[in-house]
Amino acid sequence: MSKSNGNRPARIGFYVCHCGHNISGTVDVAAVARYAQALPHVVVSREYKYMCSDPGQERIAQDIREHALNRIVVASCSPLLHEHTFRTAVEKGGLNPFFFQMVNIRENVSWVNESPEEATEKAMDLARAAVHRVAFHKALEPKRVPILPDVLVVGGGIAGIHAALTLANAGRKVVLVEREPTIGGHMAMFDKTFPTLDCAACILTPKMSQVKNHPNITLWTYSEVSKVEGYVGNYTITVRRKPRYISEKLCVGCMECIEACIYKEGKFPDEFNAGLSRRKPIYIPFPQATPQVVVIDPQTCIEFKTGKCKKSCLEKCDRDAIDFSQKEVVEEIRVGTVILATGYKTFDAGRLPHYGYGKYDNVYTSLEVERLVNASGPTGGELILRDGRRPKTVGIIHCVGSRDRNTNRWCSRTCCMYSLKLAHLLKEHTDAEVYNFYIDIRAAGKSYEEFYDKLLEENVHFIRGRVAEVTDWTARPSEEGKLVIRVEDTMIGVVRRIPVDMVVLAVGMEPQFDAQEVRRLFNISCSTEGFFLERHPKLAPVDTFTDGVFIAGACQGPKDIPDSVAQAGAAASQALVLIDSGSIELEPNTAYLVEEDCSGCKSCLTICPYHAISHDEARKKASINEALCKGCGTCTATCPSGAIRQNLFEDEEIYSEIRGLLTPMPAEAQGGESC
Amino acid sequence: MRYLYYPGCSAATTGKAYEKSLLAIFRALSLSMDELEDWNCCGATSYMAIDETKAFALAARNLALAEEQGRSSGSGHEIVAPCSACFLVLTKTNQYLRDYPEVRSRIVQALDAAGLTYHGTVTVRHPLDVIVNDIGLERIEKRVTRRLKGMKVACYYGCQMVRPFKTFDHAFYPTSMDRLVKALGADPVDWPLKTRCCGGTLTGTIPEAGLRLNRLLIKDAVKRKADMILTCCPLCQFNLECYQDQIAREYQEKIHCPILYFTQLIGMAFGLGDDELGMSLLFQPPTRFLGKQKGEAAHV
Amino acid sequence: MIFRHTDLTRTTKTVPRLIKFEEELDLGFGEEIAAKAYGQKLLSCIQCGTCSATCPLSHYMDFTPRRVIAMVREGFRDEALSTTTIWLCASCYSCTTQCPRNIHITDVMYTLKREAILRGRYPKRYPIPVLARNFFQGVFRTGRNSEARLIIKLYLQTNPLDALRQAVVGMKLFLMGRMSLRQDRIRKIDQLQALLNAVDSGNGKKGGAGK
Repeated sequence: MSKSNGNRPARIGFYVCHCGHNISGTVDVAAVARYAQALPHVVVSREYKYMCSDPGQERIAQDIREHALNRIVVASCSPLLHEHTFRTAVEKGGLNPFFFQMVNIRENVSWVNESPEEATEKAMDLARAAVHRVAFHKALEPKRVPILPDVLVVGGGIAGIHAALTLANAGRKVVLVEREPTIGGHMAMFDKTFPTLDCAACILTPKMSQVKNHPNITLWTYSEVSKVEGYVGNYTITVRRKPRYISEKLCVGCMECIEACIYKEGKFPDEFNAGLSRRKPIYIPFPQATPQVVVIDPQTCIEFKTGKCKKSCLEKCDRDAIDFSQKEVVEEIRVGTVILATGYKTFDAGRLPHYGYGKYDNVYTSLEVERLVNASGPTGGELILRDGRRPKTVGIIHCVGSRDRNTNRWCSRTCCMYSLKLAHLLKEHTDAEVYNFYIDIRAAGKSYEEFYDKLLEENVHFIRGRVAEVTDWTARPSEEGKLVIRVEDTMIGVVRRIPVDMVVLAVGMEPQFDAQEVRRLFNISCSTEGFFLERHPKLAPVDTFTDGVFIAGACQGPKDIPDSVAQAGAAASQALVLIDSGSIELEPNTAYLVEEDCSGCKSCLTICPYHAISHDEARKKASINEALCKGCGTCTATCPSGAIRQNLFEDEEIYSEIRGLLTPMPAEAQGGESC
Repeated sequence: MRYLYYPGCSAATTGKAYEKSLLAIFRALSLSMDELEDWNCCGATSYMAIDETKAFALAARNLALAEEQGRSSGSGHEIVAPCSACFLVLTKTNQYLRDYPEVRSRIVQALDAAGLTYHGTVTVRHPLDVIVNDIGLERIEKRVTRRLKGMKVACYYGCQMVRPFKTFDHAFYPTSMDRLVKALGADPVDWPLKTRCCGGTLTGTIPEAGLRLNRLLIKDAVKRKADMILTCCPLCQFNLECYQDQIAREYQEKIHCPILYFTQLIGMAFGLGDDELGMSLLFQPPTRFLGKQKGEAAHV
Repeated sequence: MIFRHTDLTRTTKTVPRLIKFEEELDLGFGEEIAAKAYGQKLLSCIQCGTCSATCPLSHYMDFTPRRVIAMVREGFRDEALSTTTIWLCASCYSCTTQCPRNIHITDVMYTLKREAILRGRYPKRYPIPVLARNFFQGVFRTGRNSEARLIIKLYLQTNPLDALRQAVVGMKLFLMGRMSLRQDRIRKIDQLQALLNAVDSGNGKKGGAGK
C-alpha cells in the first residue's frame, strides 16, 4: 500500500460501533477491532457502544491529537445518518474532514445477516477495504454557492397562497404561477369547511386578494412552468403565460363583455361548478376570482373556431381590454428556491361503474355536492337534483377510490370528515334521512371526533359496510323510482337494501394528472402512488431530494386544509432558512476535468443527467459546472480518454478499496471462529 | 349520629342475618337507627322493567315518608338502606327526581294524589358508607376486642352499591370494605372480581347463566385462598351461599366457601355473640373461625 | 360452535333468507327509545363494544348489547325487542359506567323490556318477564314483596319441574326461618295504590296492577 498524504506514512485510526445491540447483537465487534488493529498502518483500533455520542466523537478527536493520526475509519451505521457527524469530529481533531471513510456494518451487515460468524467476517472484509482506501483520500474543500433571494411558488391553491404570503410577508420576492385563470384551487369550490363549518370562501378570498395586492408577489395565472435550469440557489425558470385574450392591465372585471356574448345562455360545462352549470366562451370563473379578469376560451369561442363572429364582446368593452390577437408570452425568472404546491385531483368516479356515476343522474361526486349546496353554486344553494327533485333520502358512500387495491390503496384522509360535513349540510338543507356508508371513521384531527359525535347525535345514519352497488333495480314497490344501495350492515350483521333519492360518492384524492411531468421538470421523485416524495417522511417532510425544491399541500399526499396550510408554512420557512444563510455548501464529491487529457469529443455532454457539462467552444474542451454536478459518476465512466475524474471516487481510491476487499484475510485474525 | 333505617323486603326473610348483625353493631357503636314507618317495597329491578314511573313512585313514597319522619322525629335526613338494590333504587329515584324535570313533575303529581310531598332533602346511605366514612375506621379499630388475625377475606361489593352512582367508592375498584377488613385485623385478598355481577334474580330465572356467574366468583375467591366472601347485599349473599350445593351437583365439583355479611364480621371482631349476629342463619357458618374466636376469647 | 348455524339436516329444501328492506324498519325507533331512556346519547354510539365486553352476561345473549344498540339506532324495532339480551340484563350497570359516550345502556335495556312487554313481544313462559309481572302485581296489592311467594309462583308458571330442583334449598330456608309464606302488608296500602293509580291517570290510563 502506498501512502498519499504528502510524504508522511498513513497513520489510521479505526473505530467500530456497537450501536447499542443493533450491531453488536450480530457482529462480534471486539473481534473486528482486534482484527483492524493488525491491519497495515492502523495505529489505533477501538470499539465503543455509541460512536455518534459526544464521548465517541471526542475519542476520535483526541486520538488524532495524541497519536498523530492522519486517516480515520468508522464502522457503524449508514453514511446517510452520521457521515457528517464523524467528518465534523475528524475536523475537530485538526484533520481535513475528507480524510475519513465510513463503513456501514449495520444496514449492510448486522441487520441483514443472521449468522454471527458470517456477519463478523463481512464486517472485517469491509473494514479492510476501507482501511486500504482511506490512505488515498485527499484533502478537499467544499464549495459554497450563493442563494438567490427570490422564490418561485407553483400552484395557487391554499397551500401555494399561504406559502407565497408567508414569504412575501418576510420580505422576499415571490412569483406565484397558477395554471388556471384564477387562484383559489379546490378550496374555492368548497362550501363550508369541517369541523368549524365556517364558509370556505369567507376565509379564503381575503387571502386571495392579499396575494393580488401584495407588493412582493408577482401573480401569474393561466401560466405554466415549462423549463427549469440551474441548481439550488440559482434556478432559471421559464414560464409560459397563455393568452387569455383579455389585457390583465385593462380589464376591471365588469363582465359586460360576458353579457354581450352572442351566446345568450351558457353552453359549455362550467369547470368551477364541477360541470353542474354552463358557461359562455367568455367568462370569469367565479365572482371572487383573482385576478378579477375575464378569460376567453379559444376552444369554444366562435371567433377562434370560425373567424366569423360579430364580436359583440369587443364592441361592448369600453376599455378596449379584449385582444383576439394576444399571443403566448414566455417569461424567464431567476430564483434561489422553489415551492411546489400543485395540489391533487379527485378520483374519477366513473372508474367504479357499480356505483352508477354518469349512469344515474342522481349520483354525484362529493365535489359536485360542494357546489350544489353552495349559495353561489348552480342552484343558488337549493338542493335540487339533476331530475328536478329534492332528495328525501341521501346515501353518502365513503372511500370511493380509496383503500381499495383495485383503485388506490391509500386512505385519502379527508373524505370521512368532508362526508360528515356534507351529511350535516344536506340534513340542514333538506331535512333528509342521511346515510353514511363507511369502512372506518377516521376523524383524527383537532375537534374532528367531536364533530363526528355531533353528527351521530343529529341522527345521521352510520352504516359500517362498503357498498356493493347502487342500482335502479327495485325489489319492492317502496323502492320504485329510487336508487337502491346494497350493503352489509356489519354492525348488526344483516344485508340491507336502502332506497335513496341521491347518492354522494366521497371520491378520494389522487396525484395531479401531470405530477410525473412536474416531477421530471424539477428533478424530484414521486412515491409509488405518484405523490411527490419528501426527503424524509418524518424529519424532512417538506424537503425533496433536490436541494432548494420544497413541497407543500396535497401534491405530497392527501391532506386537509389545516395540514396543507401548516405544510405550506413549513415549506416557506425552509426556503427562508436557505435564503437567509446566503450561501450553501456543496458536497465536494463532484466530477472535475483534467483539461490536458480532454479531446473535446463531447460524449460526456449528452449523458450528464443534470446538464452540468457544457462545451467550451473557444477551447474545444468540456466544462463542468460543479454546482450542478451531483456526483453520479456517469461522465467519469463514459469519458474515453479518462479526462474526467471525481473527488472521493478517484481511480486509486476505488482500486485500493477493491484490492483491500480481495486481499485474503490472515487466518490468525479471524478470532478462530470460522475458516 | 341518628339515622333512619329502611330494611327492605328481604330483611325479614333471606337477609335476616344481615339485619340482626347490622342492628347489633349499631347498638355496639351507640348509633341510633329508627325504622322508617310503613315503608313499602322499593320496586327493585322488576318494577323498572314494567313501568318506570311507577317504580319511581314506589321509591318516592319511601323518600317522602322519610323526609316527613326525619323532620317530625328528629331522626335526620339520612336513610340507611342495607340492600344494594334498595340502595340503588332509592338513590336513582332521588337523582332522577333532581336531574329530570319530566320525572319530577309526574312523580310530584302522583305523590300529591296520595297526599304526600317530597322536597328532595333525603340522602340515601349504604351502611358500609356510614361505617367507613361517618364512624371511621379509627373508631372501629378501637372498638375491636378480637382482632381477626390470619383470616383471609374476599370482599364482594357486587354491582348496585357502587354502580352507576359511585356515591362513596370506585365503580369497579372499590376499597372501603377491604380497608374495613384490615381495620378488623383480617387480610383482604386482592380480588379483581369484587364488583362482578352475581346475576341478581337470574339464578332463579335463568340458572344456566346465573349459577355460572356465582360459581366463577366462588371458585376464584377460593383459588385466592379466601376463607370467606364478605357481602353487603342480601341478594348477593343469598346467591353466593344458597346455590353452592346445586353448583356442586351440576358441575360435579366440590365447592365450598362461607359467605358472610360484612356486618357479621364486624360483630365477630367486636366480640359479639354468634346469636346476636345471626350466625346460625347461615348455610355455612365460618365454624373454623367461630371456634378459634371462642378459643381465643377463653384465653383472654 | 359459537355461531348459530342453520340446521342443515332440517332445511334441505329451503334456506333461510336474511335481508332487510328499509320499509320494514321503524326509523324513528332510535330517537323514541333515546328519549324514553334519558339519553339522546344513545344516538352517539360508536359501536366500540365496551358494553358487550364488560357485560357479565353478554355471552349468554343472542345479540350482544352493542348490536342491540345498533339495531335500535337503525330502527330494527322488532328484532331488538325480540332479543334475549334485554331480558338477560341483570342491571349491574357495568356498561353504563364504562360507556365512552355516556349512554345509559341499563336504562335503554329497561326501556326495551317495557316496550317488549307493552307490545307483547316476549315468550309467554319466559321466566324473567313473568317474574317481573308477578313482582309488580304483588307489590301493588300489599306494598311489600314476599320472596317465597314470588318464587313459588314463578316456578309454577314457568317451569314446574324446576321447582323440584329448588325445593331442597327452599325447605332448608324455611326450616332456618329465612323464608316464610307470611305476606307482610303496609298499613296505608290505600295510599300506595292511590299513588300508583295516579301515575296511570297521569299517563291517561286506567288504574290497576299495570296490565
